[in-house]
Amino acid sequence: MSTVGAVLRELAGLFVEDGSLALEIVAVVVLAGISAALIPDVPLAAGAILLFGCLGVLLANVGCSRALARIKQREATFKS
Amino acid sequence: MGSLAHTGSAMTAAFLASLVEAVEALTIVLAVATVRGWRPAGFGAIAGLMLLVLIVVALGPLLDQVPLHLLQLAIGILLLLFGMRWLRKAILRSAGVIPLHDEAMAFATETAELREKARRYDARADWLAALASFKAVLLEGLEVVFIVIALSTGRGLLVPASAGALAACLLVAGMGFVVRRPLARVPENTLKFAVGVMLAAFGIFWTGEGLGVAWPGADLSIVAFAALFLAVGRAAAALARCPSAETLP
Repeated sequence: MSTVGAVLRELAGLFVEDGSLALEIVAVVVLAGISAALIPDVPLAAGAILLFGCLGVLLANVGCSRALARIKQREATFKS
Repeated sequence: MGSLAHTGSAMTAAFLASLVEAVEALTIVLAVATVRGWRPAGFGAIAGLMLLVLIVVALGPLLDQVPLHLLQLAIGILLLLFGMRWLRKAILRSAGVIPLHDEAMAFATETAELREKARRYDARADWLAALASFKAVLLEGLEVVFIVIALSTGRGLLVPASAGALAACLLVAGMGFVVRRPLARVPENTLKFAVGVMLAAFGIFWTGEGLGVAWPGADLSIVAFAALFLAVGRAAAALARCPSAETLP
C-alpha cells in the first residue's frame, strides 16, 4: 500500500513541486487560451503570452526563492 | 530540416533526461546490492522494469483515442510543468540557493537505511531490499516513460525518443555494472538544466499548437524557444547567485 502511495506521490511530484510555480504556469496557459479565443485572427498573440508569460513566471519564481533564502539566512544569523 | 530538428531534439532530450533518472535509480539498486547482494537488487529491478513495460503496453494504445488537438494541449501543459520544475531547480542549484544533488550521499543514506531495516527485520530483509530496488526502478522509470510519451506523441517520434531513452538507460546500467558504485561524477545539475530548457521549449511549442498558434518556422521554433529559455535561465542563475547566500534545506 505504501508503495502505491509512493508511486502516486511521485507522479504528482513529477509536475508539481512548487505549488505556486505550477499555478502560475496554468494561469499563463489560461490567459493564452483566452487570448486565442478572443482574438483568433492574431494567433501569435496567444503564443507571445505563453512564451513570455512562462519566462516571466520562471524569473519571478527564482527571484522569490532567492529572497526567501536571504530571509531565512538573516533569521538564522539573528537567532545565533 | 524542421523534422530533423524535431527528431534530433526529441532524441537528445529523451537521452539526457533518461540519463539523470537512470543514474538516480542505479544509485538505489547499487545500495541494495551492496547491503543484500545482487539477487534481491536484480529481482526488484527486473520486476520494476516488467511493470513499466506493462504500463506502457496498456496505456499506449489509449493515447490514440484522444483527439490530437487535446493531446497536444494536455501534453504541452504537462511538459511545461515538468520542464519548468527542472529548470527552476537547476537554476537555484546553480546559483547556490539550494544544495546540489549528491549521488554519493544518496547512496550512503540508502545503504544506512537498508542496513537498519536488515538489522530490525532480518527475516524479511531480502524482500525489503528487493522492494527498495523495485520502487526505485518503477518511480524513476515512470519519469522516463512520461518524457518519452510526451516528446513523441502525435508526431511519430516514438522510435527516436525511445531510442534516446534506451541508450541512456543501457549506458548507465553498463557503467554501473563496470564501476559498481554510484556515478557521482555525472554533472547532474548541468544535465537537468539542459533537459529543463528542452522540455520547457517543447512544452511551449505543444501548448501553442494545442491552442491553435501557428509558430513561425514551424518545428524550428523549438530551437529558438530553447535558446531563449537557456539565455533567461543562465541570466536568472547569474542574478540569483549571491556569494554569501546560505542554501535552503
